[in-house]
Amino acid sequence: MTDNILSVRGLDITFRTNAGDIHAIRGVDIDLPRGKTVAIVGESGSGKSVTMKAVTGLLDDNSRVNGGQIIYRVDGKEIDLLTLSQRELRRRINGKHISMVFQDPMTSLDPTMTIGAQIMEGMFLHQNLSKKTALQKATELLQLVGINEAEKRLKNYPHQLSGGMRQRVVIAMALATEPQVLICDEPTTALDVTIQARILDLIQIVQEKMGLSVVYITHDLGVVAKVADFVSIMYAGKIVERGTVEDIFYDPRHPYTWGLLSAMPDLNTTEARLYSIPGSPPNLLHEPPGDAFAARNEFALAIDEKAAPPFFQISATHAAATWLLHPDAPKVEMPSALRARIERLKEESGHE
Amino acid sequence: MSKEPLLTVKNLRQHFKISRNFTVKAVNGVSFQIYPGETYGLVGESGSGKTTIGRSIIRLYDPTAGEVIFSGHKISGALKKDTRQMLRKDMQMIFQDPMSSLNPRKKIADIIGEGLDIHKLYATPVERNAIISSILQQVGLSPLHATRYPQQFSGGQRQRIGIARALVMNPKLIIADECISALDVSIQAQVVNLMKDIQAKTGCAYLFIAHDLSMVKYISDRIGVLHRGYLVETGTTDEIFTSPLHPYTKSLLSAVPLPNPHLEKKRLLLPYTATEADYEGRAWRQVSATHGVLA
Ligand SMILES: Nc1ncnc2c1ncn2[C@@H]1O[C@H](COP(=O)(O)OP(=O)(O)OP(=O)(O)O)[C@@H](O)[C@H]1O
Ligand SMILES: Nc1ncnc2c1ncn2[C@@H]1O[C@H](COP(=O)(O)OP(=O)(O)OP(=O)(O)O)[C@@H](O)[C@H]1O
Ligand SMILES: [Mg+2]
Ligand SMILES: [Mg+2]
Repeated sequence: MTDNILSVRGLDITFRTNAGDIHAIRGVDIDLPRGKTVAIVGESGSGKSVTMKAVTGLLDDNSRVNGGQIIYRVDGKEIDLLTLSQRELRRRINGKHISMVFQDPMTSLDPTMTIGAQIMEGMFLHQNLSKKTALQKATELLQLVGINEAEKRLKNYPHQLSGGMRQRVVIAMALATEPQVLICDEPTTALDVTIQARILDLIQIVQEKMGLSVVYITHDLGVVAKVADFVSIMYAGKIVERGTVEDIFYDPRHPYTWGLLSAMPDLNTTEARLYSIPGSPPNLLHEPPGDAFAARNEFALAIDEKAAPPFFQISATHAAATWLLHPDAPKVEMPSALRARIERLKEESGHE
Repeated sequence: MSKEPLLTVKNLRQHFKISRNFTVKAVNGVSFQIYPGETYGLVGESGSGKTTIGRSIIRLYDPTAGEVIFSGHKISGALKKDTRQMLRKDMQMIFQDPMSSLNPRKKIADIIGEGLDIHKLYATPVERNAIISSILQQVGLSPLHATRYPQQFSGGQRQRIGIARALVMNPKLIIADECISALDVSIQAQVVNLMKDIQAKTGCAYLFIAHDLSMVKYISDRIGVLHRGYLVETGTTDEIFTSPLHPYTKSLLSAVPLPNPHLEKKRLLLPYTATEADYEGRAWRQVSATHGVLA
C-alpha cells in the first residue's frame, strides 16, 4: 500500500450567492503520496483552488462543506482537517505542516510591509528564531529563489518589485517554515522559463532533502510534464481522469484531457489556428443532470445526457470517468492530430 | 524591411530611485523597431524590464533617457497636446491582470466606451452603442453583455473585454503585456486566435510581451530578448529559434518546458549567470539585416 500523506475523500462544497447555490466541488478524491508531486490540471473555474483552500481551511465565508474528509497523516496519526476549526488549523497545521502558495501573489503580500518583514513573520511564529538568524535565513531564501541583491530587496515594498519577483517572494515565504506539504497554486505563471525552471528545481531539491510532498496546480502542461509524478484532471468540480504523468501524456482516455492536450502549442506548432475546446464550462448554479462535459464533447453518447459516468479503471494507476470506457460503448479513438503528436513526443524521448 | 517603422525605440533608459543609495536601473539603453502590421515578441527574465519598457513607451512612465518615435512623432520628452491625443488613441495597452485592470463599478459599455468618450469619436449615443456592440461581437462576446459588470465574467471573458477596450480605438499599436499568462490553455488559444484575426482585419501591430516561448514563437514575426534591462538579441522568429547567438537566448530556449514527461524529467538547463556589470560598454553586432546581438 502506498503511504499517502494527504487524502481528500468525497469532498463536496457549495457556495451561497445571491443568484443561488453554486455546487463548485462535486465529490473530489485526491491522494498525495508522501514525498511525491501531484499536479491538478483543469480549465479556469473547475475547482482547483477551492479544493486546496479547503485543505488549508481558507474557504470563503459563503462556502458550505456538504461532506467529505481531508485526511492528513503525521507521526502515525490520522487527522481529518475538516473537523478542525480555522483557529486550530492556523495554529497547528498551516505553515508548520502545510504551506500554500496562492495564485495571486498580491493576496498573500501586505502592501504596507517590506517583504523582509513578511518573510520573517512566519519564522518568528513557527520556529522561534532570533532576529539575526531570521534575517540571515530570509536573505538566503531570496537568493535561493533567484532574487539578486537580496539584502537590499528585503527592504522593498511589494509594489517596487516586478510581477515575477513578487511571486518568488511568496514562494520563499512558504518554504521559510519548512513544511511537510507544499501546495502551489499556479506559482510560476508570471515567471520566465529560466527562473521557472530554477524554482521548480529548487522545489525538487527541497523535496528530495526533506521529503516534502507537493500539490501543484497549473494549466501549463509543460510544467506538469516536468514536475509531476501523478496528475488529476479536473472539470466542473469533479476529477475526470487520474494517472501517472506518463498515463496522462502518452495514453489519455478522457475526451476533455484530449482537448486540453490538443490546445497547447509546442515549439512545432505551425497551424494557422490553435485548437480550443468548443463552448464553455457549465454554470454550476444549474448542475447538468448527466456528464457535465457532454455539451462540449464531440464524442458524447446518449447516456451522457442522463447519467454522470463512474470511474473506469484502465490500469492500477490509471482511471477515467467517461462512458466511452464502458465495455458496451462504441470504440472511439482520440483525434488523429493528437495521436500523431503523442507518437512524435514518444519518438523524441526515445520511448516506443 | 523597406517599410518605415511604426515605432522606433532608441537607447531607452528607465531608472527608479528607491532610496538615496539604491537606484533600480530597469532599462539600460534598449533599441528596437516595430513595423506596421507585425508582431514583435518581447521575452526575457522576470524583472528584466519588459513591463517597464511597455509602460515607458505608452508614457505611463517618463523615460529617464532615450527617444521613442511613433507614427513619425517623437513621443518621449515633453508632449504637445495633439501628440498626446494621438498617442492616447493610436497606441493601446492590454494588461496582464484582467481583474485589477477593469473598474469593478463600471458597466462593460462604459469601460469600453471610455476612450470613445474622451476623444469624442461618435456623434450620437446611438452611434456609441453601435460601436460598442460591434466591438463586443468582434471579440466573441454579445452586445447583451454591455450592461453587465466585470465580476460577472470569467477570466477569459474579462481578457476579451480588455482587448475590446483597446481595439475600439482602432489603434495602430497594441502593447499586450502577458495578456494570456493568467488564462488556461484552451482560453489562451481562443485569445491568441482572436488577436491574429484582428490583426489580419485591421493591420494593427503588436508588442507581445510574454514568457511562454511556445506561444511567442507561434504568434511573433520578430523577437527581442531582454536580460537585466539590456536587449541582448533580436531577430526574426526563425533566427532566434534556429540560430540563437547570445548565451542568454540559448539558456532561455533550453528551459522551455515541453509536454513530454520522459524528456522533461532528464532535461538539463544551460546555466547563465551574467549580471548588469557584464553588459556595460558592450557593442551591438548586426549579423544580418534582421538579426543582431549584444557582443
Ligand atoms: N466565494 C465564492 N462564491 C461563489 N462562488 C465561488 C466562490 N469561490 C469560488 N467560487 C466558484 O467556484 C468555482 C471554482 O473556483 P476555483 O477558484 O476553484 O477555480 P479554479 O479551478 O482554481 O480556476 P482558475 O484556473 O481560474 O484559478 C468557480 O465557478 C468559482 O466561480
Ligand atoms: N514603480 C517601480 N518602482 C520601483 N522599481 C520598479 C518599479 N517598476 C518596476 N521596477 C523595477 O524595475 C525592474 C524591472 O521590472 P519590470 O516590471 O519591468 O520587469 P518585467 O520584465 O516585466 O518582469 P516580470 O516578467 O516579472 O513581469 C525590477 O527590478 C523592478 O523591481
Ligand atoms: Mg485557481
Ligand atoms: Mg512584467
